[in-house]
Amino acid sequence: MKKQLILEDGTVLIGEGFGSETAVWGEVVFNTGMTGYQEILSDPSYCGQIVTLTYPLIGNYGINRDDFESISPAVNGLIVKENAEFPSNWRSELTLDDYLKMKNIPGLAGVDTRKLTKIIRQHGTLKGMICGMEENPQEIIASMKGKELPTDQVKQVSTRTPYPSPGRGNRVVLVDFGMKHGILRELNDRNCDVIVVPYNTTAEEILSLSPDGIMLSNGPGDPKDVPEAIEMIRNIIGKVPMFGICLGHQLFALACGADTEKMKFGHRGSNHPVKDLRTGKVALTSQNHGYTVQENSVAGTELEVTHIALNDGTIEGLSHKNAAAFTVQYHPEASPGPEDANGLFDQFMEMVEAEKKEAVINAKA
Amino acid sequence: MPKRKDVNSILVIGSGPIIIGQAAEFDYAGTQACIALREEGYKVILVNSNPATIMTDTEIADVVYIEPLTLEFVARIIRKERPDAILPTLGGQTGLNLAVELAKAGVLEECGVEILGTKLEAINQAEDRELFRNLMNELGQPVPESEIIHSLEEAYAFVEEIGYPVIVRPAFTMGGTGGGICSNEKELIEIVTSGIKNSPVGQCLLEKSIAGFKEIEYEVMRDSNDNAIVVCNMENFDPVGVHTGDSIVVAPSQTLSDREYQLLRNASLKIIRALKIEGGCNVQLALDPDSFNYYVIEVNPRVSRSSALASKATGYPIAKLAAKIAVGLTLDEMLNPVTGKTYACFEPALDYVVTKIPRWPFDKFESANRTLGTQMKATGEVMAIGRTFEESLLKAIRSLEADVIHLSLKNEQEIDDRLLEKRIRKAGDERLFYLAEAIRRGVTIQTLHDWSKIDLFFLYKLERLIAFEQELADKPFELETARAAKQKGFSDKTLANLWRVEEKQVYKWRLEQGLIPVFKTVDTCAAEFESETPYFYSTYEEENESVVSDKPSVIVLGSGPIRIGQGIEFDYATVHSVKAIKEAGYEAIIVNNNPETVSTDFSISDKLYFEPLTIEDVMNIINLEKPIGAVVQFGGQTAINLASKLVERGVKILGTSLEDLDRAEDRDKFEQALSGLKIPLPKGNTAKSVTEAALIAAEIGYPVLVRPSYVLGGRAMEIVYKEEELLHYMKNAVKVNPEYPVLIDRYLTGKEVEVDAISDGETVLIPGIMEHIERAGVHSGDSIGVYPPQSLSEEVKKKLVSYTVELARGLNIVGLLNIQYVIANEEVYVLEVNPRSSRTVPFLSKITNVPMAKIATKVILGQSLKAQGYESGLVPEQDGVFVKVPVFSFEKLRRVDITLGPEMKSTGEVMGKDTTLEKALYKGMIAAGMKIREFGTVLLTVADKDKEEAKALARRFSNIGYQLMATEGTARYLESAGIKVKTVGKIGAEGQNLIDVIRKGEAQMVINTLTKGKQPERDGFRIRRESVENGVPCLTSLDTAKAILRVIESMTFSADALKPMEQAKEGVLL
Repeated sequence: MKKQLILEDGTVLIGEGFGSETAVWGEVVFNTGMTGYQEILSDPSYCGQIVTLTYPLIGNYGINRDDFESISPAVNGLIVKENAEFPSNWRSELTLDDYLKMKNIPGLAGVDTRKLTKIIRQHGTLKGMICGMEENPQEIIASMKGKELPTDQVKQVSTRTPYPSPGRGNRVVLVDFGMKHGILRELNDRNCDVIVVPYNTTAEEILSLSPDGIMLSNGPGDPKDVPEAIEMIRNIIGKVPMFGICLGHQLFALACGADTEKMKFGHRGSNHPVKDLRTGKVALTSQNHGYTVQENSVAGTELEVTHIALNDGTIEGLSHKNAAAFTVQYHPEASPGPEDANGLFDQFMEMVEAEKKEAVINAKA
Repeated sequence: MPKRKDVNSILVIGSGPIIIGQAAEFDYAGTQACIALREEGYKVILVNSNPATIMTDTEIADVVYIEPLTLEFVARIIRKERPDAILPTLGGQTGLNLAVELAKAGVLEECGVEILGTKLEAINQAEDRELFRNLMNELGQPVPESEIIHSLEEAYAFVEEIGYPVIVRPAFTMGGTGGGICSNEKELIEIVTSGIKNSPVGQCLLEKSIAGFKEIEYEVMRDSNDNAIVVCNMENFDPVGVHTGDSIVVAPSQTLSDREYQLLRNASLKIIRALKIEGGCNVQLALDPDSFNYYVIEVNPRVSRSSALASKATGYPIAKLAAKIAVGLTLDEMLNPVTGKTYACFEPALDYVVTKIPRWPFDKFESANRTLGTQMKATGEVMAIGRTFEESLLKAIRSLEADVIHLSLKNEQEIDDRLLEKRIRKAGDERLFYLAEAIRRGVTIQTLHDWSKIDLFFLYKLERLIAFEQELADKPFELETARAAKQKGFSDKTLANLWRVEEKQVYKWRLEQGLIPVFKTVDTCAAEFESETPYFYSTYEEENESVVSDKPSVIVLGSGPIRIGQGIEFDYATVHSVKAIKEAGYEAIIVNNNPETVSTDFSISDKLYFEPLTIEDVMNIINLEKPIGAVVQFGGQTAINLASKLVERGVKILGTSLEDLDRAEDRDKFEQALSGLKIPLPKGNTAKSVTEAALIAAEIGYPVLVRPSYVLGGRAMEIVYKEEELLHYMKNAVKVNPEYPVLIDRYLTGKEVEVDAISDGETVLIPGIMEHIERAGVHSGDSIGVYPPQSLSEEVKKKLVSYTVELARGLNIVGLLNIQYVIANEEVYVLEVNPRSSRTVPFLSKITNVPMAKIATKVILGQSLKAQGYESGLVPEQDGVFVKVPVFSFEKLRRVDITLGPEMKSTGEVMGKDTTLEKALYKGMIAAGMKIREFGTVLLTVADKDKEEAKALARRFSNIGYQLMATEGTARYLESAGIKVKTVGKIGAEGQNLIDVIRKGEAQMVINTLTKGKQPERDGFRIRRESVENGVPCLTSLDTAKAILRVIESMTFSADALKPMEQAKEGVLL
C-alpha cells in the first residue's frame, strides 16, 4: 500500500508501506551503517525517532533471536529504499516486515533515501510523519510545526525497577537511560556482578548497593531533559569509578559543569573515526547521538578532552582530572559496528581494580 | 606522522604485460602511486616493460624505464639510479616477486635500498604457505587443514588422510597459475604435477576443500601508527571454489549480519596488523553459511585487482593513499580525496550496490575448458552500480558486450535439462545465465542452491527478475510497470524484446513519458558529507545530482572490459584524449564500465559516468549533458560500434564522420574508395552465402583469408587452403547471411607492415612504420613489431607513406587511423584500414615522442595539425631499435590451441629497446617471460610445407651448439641434409616419445608448425599444449624461431672448427 513521508520543510516522499499500518511522527534521522539494522531498530536511543537507513537493501539477513539491543524497540518508524522480502541467513527467523508488524512499527520502502539524507544533511534533522495517502501534507505540516518533540524519552525506555545480572566479579551499577544490551553483555563478559537501576535512581540509593564501579548507559534525547541524573552523577564522582557512554557521557559532562548542544544532524553510523589525543591513534566507532558536549564549555571544568571526532573535531571522550571517571560519546560495545574500542571496558575494569587497591592501601594507612 | 625526509628517490615497479590475473588494475594503481609520491616531493623512478600504460608516460614519473622486469635489468637500473627506496606493492605479484628476488640477490643491501610499504618478512609471511599458516596459528585465525607438498608422493599421503576433494595452490604464482580442485586421483596427478612445475619454488599447498562456503573479501589499510581500516568488503556470488577473479562479486556484502561482518573485519585487521603492512592488503575469507565458523583463505600484502575494484566501488583511492602511507604519512592526517573535507581514516559507507562480472575470453577460445576453479581465466571485468542489486546486476550484464543484454542464454533451446544441471553444478562462465534458464523452466531456487551452493538471497533475486519478465510482457507500454522494470535495471532492448517492438520505440516512448534516470554521486559517505566528486551512476529515482555546467562539453566513450583484441591500449588512448579535451578548454566527460582502468579514476576527467556502453545508457547521459559531440575513435570497437546509433539519435560524432567510418569498414565501399585512389589490395570479395563464398574463393585462388565483416581482433578469421576447409569454416565458424557477409581475400605470403597516422583531412602525420617479424597471416596483435623497419627498401617506405597520406585524405579521416599493409615482391597492398585508435598508439607515441591520441583529439576538436606544428609525412626515424613482443596467457587456458594465426590470442605486450635489433629482441623476449638459453636442445616437428625452411633453421641451431631432436619425418629430412639430429618417437610410440621429452624438460624449445585442420585431438595440438603446460617455449611460426635464433646467435660466439688443411692449402694456392 502506498504511503507518504511528509517532512516539515514541505517535502513529500511516497513509498510502499510495510510493517505496521499506524501513522507516526517524529524526528527524522539517518544512519549510514551498512549492516546492523536489527541492532539499530532495537537501540533505545532512537526512541521517538524515524530512522532512515542510507544503505538501500535492508532486511537481507532477516531478524534473528540474538542481535536485539533491547526487548522492545523504541524507534517510531523506519525508512528504507528496499525492504527485503526474502531474507537469507542461517540465524534468520523473521522477515523485517514481520518483525515491524509484530512490534507495531511502520516502515516505508521504495523511497529515494539518498535524497532524504541530503535534505537532512542540509536542513538538519527535522520532523516528519509516515502516514497514508489520504492525509493532506499541508495539514500534517501545520500540526507537526505546532507540536514539540517529546522530552521524556529516557523515562519511556529506562527500566522501571532495578534488577541484577549476577556475576562473581566487580559489582557495577549500570544506570539505564535506555541501555543497549551490548553494554550489559560486555560487563558480564568481564564477570561483573551487575545491577541495572532506573535512570532516576539517586546517588544514595546507588551507593547503598556498594558498587565497585558505576556505568552510565546510552540513551535517547537531550541530556538536559534528565536533571535528576545529572544530580546523581555529581554526587558520585570521586566516590566510585565511573564510565559513561553516549548520553551517559553527556550527562557526566553536564554534571562536571560543561555544557551540551544539539548538532545539526548528529553522528549516526558505524564508520566514525575517533582520535585518542593521548596516543594519536584512531579507532573506527559506532555512533548514535544528536547532542554533543560543547567544546568551549570544557575549559574551566575538571574535565580533560581525551578523544575527538576526526572529521568535525567534536568531543568524543572526556576524563576527570581528579577523579576516577571517564566517558565516551561513541559506543565501545559496538552492536552494531566496529569493535575497535572494546578495550575501554577493560580500561574501566582496570580503573575499578586500581581504586580497590588504593582503597585497601588507604585503609591500611 | 609527517612524511619521511630520509628518503628522496623511490623506485616503483610496475606489473609488466597484461596477462590473465594481472591486468590494467596495476596501471591504475601504479599511476596513482607515482602521482601521489611526486605530489609529496619525491623523485620517482619507474620501471615497467609494458608500453601500453599510462604509468610509463614520462609525465607520470621523473625517470621512466621500459625494461624487462627481471633481476638482471632491474638490478642494473638500481645500480645506475641508486634510489633510496623501492616500492614493490603496486606492481602486482610481479613487483612483489621481483622485490624478493632483488633482496635475495643482495642487490638491495648492496645499494642501500629500503623496501617501503610491505617489508620483506611480511611478503614472505603472506606468500610462503608454511610461514603463513604458522602466522595464522599464532594469531588464532583458522586456516583450512592443509599440507605443504613438494612431490606427488607427499600429495598422495595428504589425500589418504583428508580425502578428496582437495585444492592445490602453487606457491608464489599469480592468479592461481597451475592450481585447481582435485576430486580424484587423475586430477590429483595432473594438477599437482603442473602446480609444482609452475611454482618458482616447486612448492604447492594441498588444502581441504571448503567449496560451498561464502567467499568474502576485505580490503584493508594500515599506516605506520598502526591505524587500520576496512575500505570495503565484498561478497562473492559464487561460493568458495571459484577464483575470486572469476567470480561475480557484490559490494558490500549482502547476506552477512553485523556480527558476521564484524567477526571477519576483526580477523582482517588482526592480520594486517600482524603483518605490519604499511599500505593496502586484501584478505580473503570463507564463511560457513550455517555457523560463525570461518577460515582465512589468502592474504595479498599489496594492492590487487580487488583493491582496484574496491576503489572504484567506494570512490576511496586505495593505491594513492597506500603510496603516501609508504612514505610515512598516516591515515588520520590525510584528507579523503573524495569529500576533500573529511579524513582518509574512515570506512566508506555505500548507499548503492556494486556488481562486478568477469569478462572471459571464451568467445575467442571456443575449444577452451570453460569451467571455473582456482585458476583464474578472465581477462577483464566490468562493474556496475545501482540502487538495487537487480539494477547493478543487469547493468553489469549489458556492460559485458558478450552478445547478451539480459539474463538469457544465446542458445537455450539447445540445452537439455541434464546439461543445464551440469552447468549449474560445476561453475562455468555462463552459470548466471544457466541459472536464469533453469528458473524459467521451473526449477526451484532451493534445488538451484543444492546444485550450486549459491546463496538463496541471490537466487531469489534472480527468480523475482524472471517472474517480473512475464508481468512486463503482459503490460506493454504501461508506465508504472515500466518504471518498476527500470528500477530493476531492465534495458530498453529487453523491454523491446518482451513487448515485441523495436528498441527505438521503447526509447522514444520512455522519453515522451519522462521515464528517465537520474544520476547519483559516488561519495564514500552515503551523502553524510558534501562532496564534489564528479563520479556518477544512473538510477531511476527522484533526485538528480549531476549538475550540467555552462562549459561546452565533449563526451568520450571508453572501451569497456579488457578482452583479447581490445586491451589496455584503448584505455591509454582514452585517457590521453580526455586530457587533450581538458587542455582545449572543454569539459571532458567519460563513460566507461571497467573498474581496473585509469580512465575510470574520477580524477582523470571532469566527469565520470560509470555506466554500460550501450546506446541506451550513453544516450541517457547525452540527453542530460548535451555535449557538443561524442568522441568514439579511442574506445576501440566498443565505441565505434555505437557511432551509427548515436548519429541516428542526432548526436554529433566528432572526428571521422560515420559515413567515412562506414566506408573504411564496409568492404565494398572500401574497395571502391581504393580503386579510386589506385591503391592495390589483395584480390577479394564479399560473400553473402556459402555458395557465393566457394565461387569467390575459386576465382581468386587458394589460399584465401576468410573473416566476417566488422571484426574485432581477428575474431573468427582463418586462412584456408582448399575448398573443403572453406566449407567447413563457413559451416562452423560464422553465420553468413546478407546482413552479416563474410569477406574472402587472396592470402598473400609477404611481409606485414603496420602504420599509424593522424589526419585532419589535409595534413597527414605519420609517427612511424612498424614491420612485423611474422609474415602476413599472423594477427598483427600477435606479431613481434619492429620500429623502425629493418628490411624495407626506401622505395617501399616511400610508397607506404604516400599510400597512407592518400588513404587518410581519400577516406576523409579526421583523427587517428591505422593501416595494415602486406608487402609481396616489393609491391605494397592494403590489408585493412581502421579509422580509429589502434593497439600500437601507446607504443609509437612513446618511441617517437608524438602524443598521438592527444594530437588527434585536438584535430577532432578543430585544431589543424599545421596549427599544432606538424607537417604531412613520416616523422624522422628515432635512433635505436624498438620491438613490441606479444605476451600470451596460454598456461591459464587449458585446451586452447596456441598456434598463431589470423585470430588474435595474446593478452598483452612488452617493449624491448636497445641499439640493435638483436639486443632489442632479447630484451623483448625476456620481458615477455621467455627463457633464452645459449645452449640446449630444440625439438622440431614441422609440417611438410615448412621442412625446407626448417632445415636452414636447424643448421643454424646446430652451428651454435644446440642439440636437435625431431620426430621421424622431420629427422629424416634433416639427416639427409647432413644435420645431426636425435630421433624421438611420435605420440604413442614405444619407448621415449616426444611428450616424455617435453615433460622431463629435456628440450628447452619446441618448434611446431600447424599441419592442417584444427582438431584438438591432433598430435600437434597435444605437443603444443604439453609444451605450454610444462613451461617450454613453443614456437608455431618459423619467423619467431628465426628471430630467437638471431638473438641466440648474437649472444654466443661461433664454434667453428678450423678448416681442414687441404682446403686451407687450396686457399693459399689460389
